[in-house]
Amino acid sequence: MSEVAQPGQPLIEVRDIKKYFPIRSGLMQREVARVHAVDGVSFAVQPGETLGLVGESGCGKSTLGRTIVRLYEPTAGQIIFQGVPIEGHGARKLRPLRREMQMVFQDPYASLNPRKRVGSIIGDPLKIHKLGDKKERKARVEELLETVGLSPEHYNRYPHEFSGGQRQRIGIARSLALNPKLVVADEPVSALDVSIQSQMLNLLEDLQNEFNLTYIFIAHDLGVVRHVSDRIAVMYLGKIVEMSPAEELYQRPIMPYTEALLSAVPVPDPDLAAKRERIVLEGDVPSPINPPSGCRFHPRCRYATQVCSEIEPPLVEYGNGHLAACHHPLNVDAGLTAVGSTSAEGPA
Amino acid sequence: MAERLLEVKGLKVQFATVDGTVKAVDGVSFELERGKVLGIVGESGSGKSVTAMTLMGLTRDVNSRFEGEVVYKGKDLLQVSDTEMQQYRGAEMGMIFQDPMTSLNPVYRIGEQIVEAIRTHEKIDKRAAKNRAVELLRQVGIPNPEMRVDDFPHQFSGGMRQRAMIAIALSCNPDVLIADEPTTALDVTIQAQIIELIDRLKDDFNSAVILITHDLGVVADVADEIIVMYAGNVVERAATRDLFYDPQMPYTWGLLGSIPRLDRPRPERLHSITGSPPSLINLPQGCAFRPRCPHAFDRCTQRPPLENHVDPPSHLDRCWLDVEYKRAHRGDTIAGGKPEAA
Amino acid sequence: MLNFLVRRTVGAILVIIAVTFIVFVIFIVVPGGDPAQRIAGKNATQQNIVNIRHDWGFDRPFYVQYYKMMQKMFSGSLVSYTSQQNVLDQIKLGLPATFSLAIGASIIWLFFGIAVGVVSAIKAGKLSDRAITVLALIGVSMPVFWLGIVTRYYLAEGGLTSIFPDGEYVALTTDPLQWFWHLVLPWCCLAVLFIGFYSRVLRGNILDTSNEDYVRTAKAKGLTPNRIMRKHVLRLSLIPIITLFGLDFAAVLGGGAILTETVFDLHGVGQYAYQSINNFDLPPIMAVTLYGAMFIVVFSVLVDIFYAYLDPRIRPT
Repeated sequence: MSEVAQPGQPLIEVRDIKKYFPIRSGLMQREVARVHAVDGVSFAVQPGETLGLVGESGCGKSTLGRTIVRLYEPTAGQIIFQGVPIEGHGARKLRPLRREMQMVFQDPYASLNPRKRVGSIIGDPLKIHKLGDKKERKARVEELLETVGLSPEHYNRYPHEFSGGQRQRIGIARSLALNPKLVVADEPVSALDVSIQSQMLNLLEDLQNEFNLTYIFIAHDLGVVRHVSDRIAVMYLGKIVEMSPAEELYQRPIMPYTEALLSAVPVPDPDLAAKRERIVLEGDVPSPINPPSGCRFHPRCRYATQVCSEIEPPLVEYGNGHLAACHHPLNVDAGLTAVGSTSAEGPA
Repeated sequence: MAERLLEVKGLKVQFATVDGTVKAVDGVSFELERGKVLGIVGESGSGKSVTAMTLMGLTRDVNSRFEGEVVYKGKDLLQVSDTEMQQYRGAEMGMIFQDPMTSLNPVYRIGEQIVEAIRTHEKIDKRAAKNRAVELLRQVGIPNPEMRVDDFPHQFSGGMRQRAMIAIALSCNPDVLIADEPTTALDVTIQAQIIELIDRLKDDFNSAVILITHDLGVVADVADEIIVMYAGNVVERAATRDLFYDPQMPYTWGLLGSIPRLDRPRPERLHSITGSPPSLINLPQGCAFRPRCPHAFDRCTQRPPLENHVDPPSHLDRCWLDVEYKRAHRGDTIAGGKPEAA
Repeated sequence: MLNFLVRRTVGAILVIIAVTFIVFVIFIVVPGGDPAQRIAGKNATQQNIVNIRHDWGFDRPFYVQYYKMMQKMFSGSLVSYTSQQNVLDQIKLGLPATFSLAIGASIIWLFFGIAVGVVSAIKAGKLSDRAITVLALIGVSMPVFWLGIVTRYYLAEGGLTSIFPDGEYVALTTDPLQWFWHLVLPWCCLAVLFIGFYSRVLRGNILDTSNEDYVRTAKAKGLTPNRIMRKHVLRLSLIPIITLFGLDFAAVLGGGAILTETVFDLHGVGQYAYQSINNFDLPPIMAVTLYGAMFIVVFSVLVDIFYAYLDPRIRPT
């Protein structure tokens, strides 16, 4: 089994991945219901690419991110890393792979162990994977600190001595310690102030170029996602409802949910804000325990018809690598019918 | 000219801590008129939340010191006793907070919490108060309010909890609603609903709103006037259109440039303001933004006053730079670098 | 709810079986001499010992012994190795003293624990709070047997001052005043430890709860500080205290106040346990352990149910 990616081969691919959480009740604690957190997601990410995963709470994007790096065990489906299916790998086989896939978390205040010094937080992955002796590890940690814009002197400090933005940098340094190929960033900038956020996004971009990283970037902020991503997947209640190259999604949203999502994003331009049509969705995001029948978005969709409540629309390509799952796609010319392929490969 | 409800003059708030005196608010002035929405924009440490909490008297403590005036309907609230302040809270001024999950007491029903607010300020029996609670829930858009009024907070979703918070805040018909980051913890589609709700209720209740946020997009839509705060100071104050189309403070440019925007082509690189906000214990000499300002010059070691330099006279800023210079140089910052080649 | 109760009952039975088994194994494993010899007494012959061993079943495999002991226990016929008395009867004799001690002390420690906790939280940081903190820590640090002996020395008859009677238990039905008077010292000694502990816990809870966002909302509504303390802060802060109390009370009721009962010679179930352990007498040890375990198990179910009632976010599982 080759450990090196073949040219043209995606770095990571998921096929029909599902993650359900059981809800137990009753005398024998039997499973009475399930949270369909991720309900059949497929895509592939090429090396060096950034795939943005965007959606609201309950859409499953965070669960998906964690399932991909096997922090959660997938309930079904395949995860293929560099051509090798890894969803069934036991702990021992998975260990070397953990060096290749790393995660950056959302909350810079909760994701760093407050009792450990920064040097230890960043250096522990090296220790666990037995990379280098003490001196080499320290040198590497100091190198990483500089790479993320901190100072090597911070080696002996504790997390509480840093600001939110700095802590997030520490988290990023930690994820880079093992030279991963894939970094899953779960809302890495959501908890940060706007001015720090842009520093962090620039940093992530620089790191991607310098270390040839592949990102799966999870966020709820459409502006942020657009800035960092090559391709974007929009999730709703555990499924991908639209996926396309980044710019294309914003110019030509096909699925009404995407349209509503885009229109809900506040725009810092008063005249534009007053002029544009705001689609304000009714109601709340439904629960992933009992997703609606047919198209999951139909109860909140203003274009919904009978068929939408009965049949779930398949994810279908509309040209240019743009896929959407909708019975009444928007922005699609009458002549441009579905190409028919449901594969979700990146741009060739 | 609408009725002037609130006038804040030179407000300063300081907290004594083990590390020194924190100058959380260092001279803030603004006015609020009935029917208007005032947006206060700033990042963490800017003092915006402390300002809001001080209006409600929630920062009163043995370790806090106040200067200046907070004149509400002719009375300086900073001088009012604690007991008297309790009468203002809820009845004259209502406040909603950022995180609706933790802002409601988990062991009491929603209806009970609304009724408690009502009965604190009005002599009304429980049944009548409960009916009013149901009506309030209906007004804020909660479906089936007769049933949901007996629910516990954990049975509500995030957006509904925030609506319930708004119902509590408006239950005694206050004239001012202060919303401290009301949508930051909510999904973007729910955020749109809540902002629209606040705007509508302002008219229904004939009140004024102070909306505090770090999101310039939110205030662009709904605010009439905006204050930008930095390190405890008001650094710019203008009508909404003036702020966005003729910003005078380099910090404002930085904020505008740092936002990844959907309405513009994607820039190669986001503008970022270097460095971090200053410590409120050891504020830098002169203009607080000077260490991070790419346009700082020698005069900036002296703190600029908040003054008007452009048309209209209501547009104030705290910057020594020449207006012509500003208009020539801010474009790069706001646009955030060159757009990507198509 | 029914599911919950059924599951907990099954769990309780398993726990109790496990407890008795562990006690039995410990008894077997710990070297302490031959029960047959002790039953036989000082002047026994070898044949006597062998006979006793056979009568009592000590020559059988241990699981058989265990089974036989449980049989006797549940039929009420379990008899002590040393004194030949019926164990169950002895326990019954000790119940009034143990219950009196438990109920009285628990009322005292709950009341004062809460009062002291609230006062020190309100006055947090000030001199009175620091003084209370020191006293609480002293209270928690004093071993109850030491405290018992010291109070007896200073306050009891036969000691320096003769304010209180020196130990022994007087039944309530016999003489209510004496009953009360005899219990004052034991009550206080037992309560001191808990008061120290509960007040610290409550103080911490109150201070934490006061910083919660919903307390800020309550202030923003214009509620008086009094009302905020009562309805918002205390209600939440007391929940963990109530759950602690349920289990502590169950423990004392179940004969857990061994040292207090012994120092004050109250002849309750706890003291009986102490004597049995000294005599290395398995049947009473087993019975008292079982008795205590039952209380803990029942009360922990009650506490869970009550907790769910107090905090609607929790459903008993």
